[in-house]
Order: sequence, then C-alpha cells, then structure tokens
Amino acid sequence: MEKRVTFKGWLLPLLLVAPQVAVTAVFFFYPAGQAVWQSLFIPDPFGLKSQFVGLGNFEFLLGDPYYRASFVTTAIFSSLVTVVSMGVALVLAVLADRLIKGSGTYRTLLIWPYAVAPAVAGVLWLFMFNTRVGVVAWYLGQLGYDWNHVLNGGEAMGLVVVASAWGRISYNFLFFLAGLQAIPRSVIEAAAIDGARFWTRFWTIVFPLLSPTTFFLLVVNIVYAFFETFGVIHTITSGGPQQATTILVYKVFADGFVGQDLGSSAAQSVILLVVVGVLTVVQFRFIERRVHY
Amino acid sequence: MKGLYLGSAMLASLTMLATPAAAATEIQWWHAFTGRLGELLAEQVEQFNASQSDHVVVATHKGNYSETLNAGIAAFRAGEQPHMLMVFEVGTATMMAAKGAIKPVHEVMAGAGAAFDPDAYLGPVKGYYTTTGGEMLSLPYNSSTPVLYVNRDALKGAGLDPDMDLSTWQAVGGALDALKAAGHACPMTTAWQSWIHLENLSAWHNVPFATKENGFAGLDTELVFNGPVQVSHIQAMGDWAKEGKFVYAGRRNEGGANFRAGDCALFTESSAGYAGVKAEAKFDFEIRPLPYWGGVEGAPQNTIIGGASIWVLSGHDAEEYNGVAAFLNFLSSTEVQARWHQNTGYLPITLAAAEKTRAEGFYDANSGTEIAGQQMTAKAPTGNSKGLRLGSFDQIRGIIDEELEAVWAGNKTAQQALDSAVERGNALLRRFEQANR
Repeated sequence: MEKRVTFKGWLLPLLLVAPQVAVTAVFFFYPAGQAVWQSLFIPDPFGLKSQFVGLGNFEFLLGDPYYRASFVTTAIFSSLVTVVSMGVALVLAVLADRLIKGSGTYRTLLIWPYAVAPAVAGVLWLFMFNTRVGVVAWYLGQLGYDWNHVLNGGEAMGLVVVASAWGRISYNFLFFLAGLQAIPRSVIEAAAIDGARFWTRFWTIVFPLLSPTTFFLLVVNIVYAFFETFGVIHTITSGGPQQATTILVYKVFADGFVGQDLGSSAAQSVILLVVVGVLTVVQFRFIERRVHY
Repeated sequence: MKGLYLGSAMLASLTMLATPAAAATEIQWWHAFTGRLGELLAEQVEQFNASQSDHVVVATHKGNYSETLNAGIAAFRAGEQPHMLMVFEVGTATMMAAKGAIKPVHEVMAGAGAAFDPDAYLGPVKGYYTTTGGEMLSLPYNSSTPVLYVNRDALKGAGLDPDMDLSTWQAVGGALDALKAAGHACPMTTAWQSWIHLENLSAWHNVPFATKENGFAGLDTELVFNGPVQVSHIQAMGDWAKEGKFVYAGRRNEGGANFRAGDCALFTESSAGYAGVKAEAKFDFEIRPLPYWGGVEGAPQNTIIGGASIWVLSGHDAEEYNGVAAFLNFLSSTEVQARWHQNTGYLPITLAAAEKTRAEGFYDANSGTEIAGQQMTAKAPTGNSKGLRLGSFDQIRGIIDEELEAVWAGNKTAQQALDSAVERGNALLRRFEQANR
C-alpha cells in the first residue's frame, strides 16, 4: 500500500519541482549535452579551431585494445572497492552498535578518514608501501616478500583498491550505524528470546532490515569508484604499470588534461555516462526488488 | 557584520598599499617551480622588480608542468591568459601548433625594440625552441641533459677501480657484473627512462627517434624508435633487470632517493639532479658523461635537453609586451644565467654565462658540472639530435613508460615493446596532426 499525495491542478507541483529541475538542467543536462556535442569534434587544445569527425572519436577509442581492456579493469576495481569498503564498514558498524562504553570516541575515530581528500589518502598509502622507504613494504621485505607495485600489476591494483576503499569505509560506517540503530530493539529481543543466536539474528533480521541502506550504499559506492577515485590513482600509480590500474575515469582525465585530446576525452565521458546509466538502471530494476522497505 | 567591516577595512588598507605600485604595468608569469627552484625563481623576479619601476612581474605557481600548461590553456580559453607561461619541453609542439595563442619571442623582442641576439644562446638549447627557419619561439629557461652519477665508494666496495672507464655501455655492463658478483643490491637505477634511455639514446647515437627530423620538419612525422640501436639497448637493460643489475624505481625521478641514500652504485639522471645529490650524498660521488654503445657509428653525437621554456601568450597590450621583453632580456643576462647555472645544475642558456662560470673557477671547484655542457656542445647537432617536436608527447611518454615497464618485468621482449609503443604512439600523432591541420 503506497500513500500518494495528490495535487489539484498543475501549477503548484510544477513550481515545487522547478528548483530541482533547474539545478539538474544547469549542472547535469547542460554539461552532459556539451560532452555529447564535443565528442563529435577533434578540437585543438586552445579552442582556436575544431573539426567535425562524426563518430570518429568513438571509432578511434573502441579500436584501441587498451581502451577495451580498461572496461575490465574498471569492473574489477569498482567491485573490489565497493565490496571492501562496504564489507569492512558493516563489520565495524555492527561492532560499534554493540558497544556501550566509549562508543562516541570509537565512532569519531572511525569517521576521521572521511575527512582526508582522496589524493592525500593516495599519498599516505603510497608512503607506507613505497618500495624503498615504505614501512609496510619494509616489513613485507622482512617476511621475505618483495613488494613492488611499480612493476607488479596485481599489487598495484591491490594498493589503489585499499587506498580508495579506506576513506570510504567511514562514510559507509555512518550509514550502516544509523541503519542499525533504526532497527527496533524489540524485534531483535523477540528473536533472542526464541533462541536465535547472533548470526541467525543478523542474517534473518538485521541484514534484511538493513537492505535499504545497503542498496543505497551500493549505488553510491559504485558511482564513487567510477568517478571519484582518480585522485588516488593519479598519485599512486598514474594508471600503471602497463595500464593495470587505468580505469575509465582516469583515462578521461589523462587524455583530456595531460594529453589535451579533448575530443577523445569527451567521447570517453559520453561512454562512461552511458555505462553508469545502464548500471544504475540495472541496479534499480533487479537488485532493488530484493530490498525490503 | 563585524567580519565584514574588518574585511573591508583590510581591503581598503591593502588597496592603499598597492596604489603606488599600480603605476607600473603588471606582467603575469605562471610557472611550475616549488622548493629550492621556486625560491631561486622568486629571487630573480624580485631582483628584476627592484631594478626598474616601469614593470612589475608577478610570478604565480600553478602546479607541476602538466598542470601549469593546463592552467595556461584553460585561461586562454577564458580570455584570462597570463603574459608568460612556463611550458616543459614535451609541450613544445602543442604550443607551436597554437599559432593564434602565442606570440613568438623573436617578435616580442623586435616589437619592443629590445636588443636581442639569438646567436648568444647555446645552440642545442636554442635549437629545441627555434623554427627550422631560425626564429626563436620561446625563451629557454631551465634546460638540463642526462649524465651518469657514480657512487665511487660502491665501486671500491666491489673491488673495482673507481676511476675505471665508464664511457661505454659495454664498460658499464662489466662494472654491473662485478657489482652483482660482489652482492650489491642495486648496481644501477635510472630516472626518466623514456627521456634518457630512448630519446637521448637516439640523439647520442645519431639515430632518428621520429621521421621528419624528429618532428621538426612537419606534423606528418612518425615514430621510428624501434630501430636496432634502441632495441639492443632496451634488451640489454631488460636483461640487466632480470639479472638484478638494473633496478627500476619508477617513471619520474624516484630512483634519485635510492642513489642519494647510497643504495645504488650507478644512476642515470638529469644534470639538474646535481644539487640534490651534492646536498644529501654521504659518499664519494662523481659525474660522468652518459655512456654510449661502442661500435655504433657516429656515437657519441650529442645529447638533447629536457626542462622548460617561457612562452609569451597573445592578446595583451604593446606596453605589456615591452615589459615581457625587458624581463626576458634580464633573464638572459650573463649575471643571472651564470648564477642560475651554478645554483641548480641546469645548463647556462648563453655562451657568455658558461664562460663566466668557467672564469670564476666554478667547474674546477665542482668537478663534473661542466660535463653536461660539453655533452651538448661537443658536436654540431644533426637532424637526429636537435631535439624532439612531437604532438601529444606527454601521452606518448606515458605509453613508452608502460611498454618499458613490460620489458623490465620480463613480460615482453624489447622488440615487442618498442614496436607496440611505436604503433600506439603513431595513432596519437595522427590525431594531433588531424587536430592541427
């Protein structure tokens, strides 16, 4: 049973949504339209001249095996970042929810990393894993493991995933904790009286009741992994070694702002827009069905 | 409200303070230097501003080289461009192609009626920023060239004579064998692999890096650095990497930390790394010329530069360009250049500054600092050793870095990697050609 508020006439509802529509139009439709338009041209960097190439930019991109490989890299990277940051945040939130003493301090400490900008987080992790002066790299060396993310693609991927997920754990933690606290105690206590152990209670009651939060975080985290992680990648690996960590958005940045190839960069933005759009639709169509509100 | 009053009061007092200087024309200069180099740059600007009252140069740091170039381009698109922009050497082709956005230095000088003698500048430095017709487009600011840094203590430790011949890669290979046999963990490392081991390697052995005189003679240039000289060098380096004789530290100058800490015995790096090594190295070090492969005809030819030049952007008043001309003249003056050269390890841009440095006895007191200059000027540059002028070159370097990393990791042979880099790089050159037709 859904409750719907109905208005008489059209004027008031239109007026009420107008600010949101205006914001979306100015900050989304206009730039997105610009990107689509620009993707049909090859301009020179200074904007002095530009040539219409039709779908030439897309042809150039999709003919590049490294660009196609970047889709796979992005899929691996985004899945790992999402799973790691949400998984760890959920565990921490469950633990914090059970705490009685000192929970304020604990929570504050957990929220701190969110205040660290991605690029700075990247530098922090880079220092720890630096093959020469890094603390962690040194300990790994003591254990007989030769850490070298500069040449080893797998290690590089691991490092950028951890660095990207780290700051995000705080954000997810906040939402999970709020979600947990919104679950009525009485339901859990009733289950406990019926003899359900912690894990049974968690999987049969808490996790399903938390599903709206989880779903929201899933969408938001995937968008984060797709768009906001380039600072981390830029500072740690610059997309290397051998493009092992070149995700789609990093390539947009690198081609547009390092290579000054604005046509290709715009075309990549359009492709990225379509990919994320499709992904979000899929999430809402198929995963949201399993969400209990 | 209190804050607002305070703010406007401060603003008012600032305006009053600024009023006397407002009579002078303000000249904006966007640059990419921080740290010690930033301080030295600021000193030059202060000195210029104090020396006259018609113009005030305002230097603003805009991030690293790529970011500074981007800031300049974005500002130009918005009609807010500075008068002068520092652009690294790989951005040269991009700037040259932007004919409506730049004002060539020779025009600026002629327009201002400033005394300007292009022949006063060091040939190979000037050549990088000069048209095939001999017109100087941008003013070389900081230029360096790669050399070999040697940890003499490490050589001694491996039972080698620290004065041994290291002029050829064959000799270096022998030293690496001995260092490895003695258990040294890092016989050799490098900075800027593409610049040193492909771009300079090609010039040093007088083989082309790209067709059309490395791009000087036209936008329809194609990369050709997958020739036998380059392939055998990269293969040798790859073999050394596999045997633990060459340790790869990163794409930029990450290897410098390893060398300065005494971890690595040999280090190929820019001559501008001198100040850092001198300040930090707690061991006996020396500078040697970049090695070449004995038996390659024409080697050693001359090495090429890296660094940045100052581009003048279009769209300003004639009076402002007079100020730019005066500042560029000041920067080229013998006194300023000699000081810059001695403080940083960058090359002097004029012959007179090099002479003055020699006359002052700087080279005798700091042995090895003259090698960079000698390496560049020993022979007249050929079409293969004037420099590089390739579009999208920042990205092409990225591609080269990736492919070289594949060789160091043992995933590709040198031939496979360089063939692939050439093919991928050429695709970018064709796009650049199309964008600038």
